[in-house]
Amino acid sequence: MFMETAASMPDFLVNALLAGLALAVVAGPLGSFVVWRRMAYFGDTLSHAALLGVALGFLLDISPTVAVTVGCVLLAVLLLTLQQRQPLASDTLLGILAPTTLSLGLVVLSFMHDVRIDLMGYLFGDLLAVSTGDLAWILGGSALVLVALALLWRPLLAVTVHEELAKVEGLPVASLRLALMLLIAVVIAVAMKIVGVLLITSLLIIPAAAAQRHSRTPEQMAGGASVLGLIAVCAGLAMSWFKDTPAGPSIVVAAAALFLLSFALPRRHA
Amino acid sequence: MSTALIRLEGVGVSFAGQQVLSEVQLSVQPGEIVTLIGPNGAGKTTLVRAVLGLLKTEVGSVWRKPKLRIGYMPQKLHVDATLPLSVLRFLRLVPGVDRQSAMAALEEVGASQVIDSPLQSISGGELQRVLLARALLREPELLVLDEPVQGVDVAGQADLYRLITRLRDRHGCGVLMVSHDLHLVMSTTDQVVCLNRHVCCSGHPEQVSGDPAFVELFGQDAQDLAIYHHHHDHAHDLHGGVVAEAPSAEGLRILGQVQPHVHGDGCKHA
Repeated sequence: MFMETAASMPDFLVNALLAGLALAVVAGPLGSFVVWRRMAYFGDTLSHAALLGVALGFLLDISPTVAVTVGCVLLAVLLLTLQQRQPLASDTLLGILAPTTLSLGLVVLSFMHDVRIDLMGYLFGDLLAVSTGDLAWILGGSALVLVALALLWRPLLAVTVHEELAKVEGLPVASLRLALMLLIAVVIAVAMKIVGVLLITSLLIIPAAAAQRHSRTPEQMAGGASVLGLIAVCAGLAMSWFKDTPAGPSIVVAAAALFLLSFALPRRHA
Repeated sequence: MSTALIRLEGVGVSFAGQQVLSEVQLSVQPGEIVTLIGPNGAGKTTLVRAVLGLLKTEVGSVWRKPKLRIGYMPQKLHVDATLPLSVLRFLRLVPGVDRQSAMAALEEVGASQVIDSPLQSISGGELQRVLLARALLREPELLVLDEPVQGVDVAGQADLYRLITRLRDRHGCGVLMVSHDLHLVMSTTDQVVCLNRHVCCSGHPEQVSGDPAFVELFGQDAQDLAIYHHHHDHAHDLHGGVVAEAPSAEGLRILGQVQPHVHGDGCKHA
């Protein structure tokens, strides 16, 4: 019965599944860094800014995906500059930037009477509407981020453990920090189609947090988070397919259920 | 002086208009242990950061031997509890380190038993030793230790200082360390630099402990220290009374030297 279902899966479901799985794989290691470095709020801010990117994309008549990527990257750079130039704490800055960019996006969109866009789709994702073109972008973006993470893994870990020690040992700390922000920006642009701007950080954080309790090395946590993300995507999509629930939120609910389950399992001991 | 590992001349640093360091001269030769002592807020850590290049100095020059390999032991290491990192993995963040060399370094500092423990679970004293091991794995020409015995009990402190001396002897590296503990440091260091926003006095421990500027800065502690260093030409009974010859004038020399500090041109303190 299941095989039959799989074979007769319509294209849009295959696209959705592949897109979700690609995102889950890359969200594992990247989400682990977000947890270790306490960047959850940063991710949230970037994803809120993504909506502004969408609006500007329509305004300038360029692809929303490109506009979002560029927008997120610019915001990441702006944030890094602001952090170094003035005394306000990071969470204050993020608290200013996140709602401002989201509101600005909504205001800009309201001026464009001739474009009809599915706002809910951008806020909460429209996974079942992923086109083949979107899929190519999602797979390419995920692969790029995954390769970059693999190459930068050790230096990024060293910077996460102690920035000054890393700097004395000759690592380019500022560049590495920027690189991590850019990777998060790319993933957010990629993930927007899948879970929407309001739910992106949950996909980065929840699987990593669920894997944390049962990991003994950074790699175990990153890999475990990827696996949990894969399960969440499959479960969420199944729920959406059989029970007609919205796909993005279903994936987040599935991830949260896995997180709760991680507490039920006994912790591994050395 | 061309053999020096680092040489600072006329270095001045200020934060938000507040002069933290001025006119600091400092150099470290290979195989030499230089200890920075001074009260809280004397600018010891600031000076170390200038030596390490973590801080740009506005005034004066900081010269480092070209391609100087520095092993740095920071004052604190806080690794986020969510990052699953064993001591071995922590040491392997230094490129080119395998289990064998990590083990050798840990054995050298006497902490081989913690190699597979999570970094966050080991005691303060063990962590200090692990940090020292990491600094050694860089095969440093200069070891920079910021309060290496912080959070270690008194017996352990003496132990750590002896260890640092042994490491210097074995590796032939220069050592720059910060301490505000007078008693134990004095017997292990070649040169003491007494800092209170400027260099109050510097030289061999015996010399410095008699210096009026030193006595002014440390008051009662300095007297205790002088006693610690006096020449024992007599013996005590169980009650502390002198049973052999009366102490000679030589033995009382340092005790008698409590004099008011004569302010020089560079003095900014009250």
